[in-house]
Amino acid sequence: MSEIWSYLSRGELVWLTATLVAYLCGDWAFRASGRSPLVNPVLVAVLILSGVLMVTGTSYPTYFEGAQFVHFMLGPATVALALPLWAHRGRVARVLVPMAAALLVGSVVAMGSALALGWGLGLPMDVLVSLAPKSATAPVAIGITEELGGLPNLTAVLVILTGIIGAIIVTPLLNGLGFTDYRARGFAVGVAAHGIGTARAFQVNEVAGTFSGIGMGLNAVLTAVLAPVVVRLFL
Amino acid sequence: MIGSIVILLSFQLAGEVIARGFGLPIPGPVIGLVLLVAALWLRPALEDTMRPLTSTLLGHLSLLFVPAGTGIVGNLDTVRDSGLALLVVLVVSTALAIVAGAWVFAVLARRFAPEDGA
Repeated sequence: MSEIWSYLSRGELVWLTATLVAYLCGDWAFRASGRSPLVNPVLVAVLILSGVLMVTGTSYPTYFEGAQFVHFMLGPATVALALPLWAHRGRVARVLVPMAAALLVGSVVAMGSALALGWGLGLPMDVLVSLAPKSATAPVAIGITEELGGLPNLTAVLVILTGIIGAIIVTPLLNGLGFTDYRARGFAVGVAAHGIGTARAFQVNEVAGTFSGIGMGLNAVLTAVLAPVVVRLFL
Repeated sequence: MIGSIVILLSFQLAGEVIARGFGLPIPGPVIGLVLLVAALWLRPALEDTMRPLTSTLLGHLSLLFVPAGTGIVGNLDTVRDSGLALLVVLVVSTALAIVAGAWVFAVLARRFAPEDGA
């Protein structure tokens, strides 16, 4: 039994399968909760996998050997956002001005408020730098952090947490404030909470999802341009 | 299905080549997205071909973030030292960014492009 385990735990197959099973559990829990935003599928899956890794004493790099095949699909999925964008092109073209303004404001508020608040709470400098690009999608944010001298692994985690938090709070927050325009709601969560926010927006409706995908793509670019400037201003 | 996968990967590849070749700060997949929109404009029939794959992929977008999120087990020291402060920062700044973005969009959209019944 322990021989089988020592073979499997080194193998990629176990951790790839575990990732998919954990996600299915998360998705099942989400549906069982009546699609509550509080039961976020990514959060559930991450909690399950973290527990399994800690209990079995498996290192993250070992786990990632198997999980990288899933992680890799982030790129093709980003390209795939072209389809909803194309399908809703008429609707998108009419709101170029609101999109440009909301992008700039959302991106600056995301970075500026995080740095100001983190500095006020006394977070160390390398953590602050790693925090700056948290609203951009994972591969972009990691690249930015590397360039600015932050901690890439920490940025990856902060990016995912930001996405999960955004996906959990967006619906109750914007319902409470009375926002009914799904273009605005989707776009704002895409800018603030990248792909996980976009996944949530697609759960709500396709218009919100489409605009969220656009917000995520545009903010990936804008964060890459603005993060070095904002970090230098603050630190 | 295989054809659609090849199309997605080819556009991502083209995007990466352009991003690296010209030293652009734009991620390769985002350039690939723009190129694919251009291709759909030139050949609208592509939309029907690719729909089954892209709908499946985007329907399970959450799954793709699970491996990176699990990286939290590699950062338990930081979580122990600054976890609460980080959580406060992330919740407050994400909420502020969502509200600010949605507010600016909604106000300007009311002026420039009233909602189209969506």
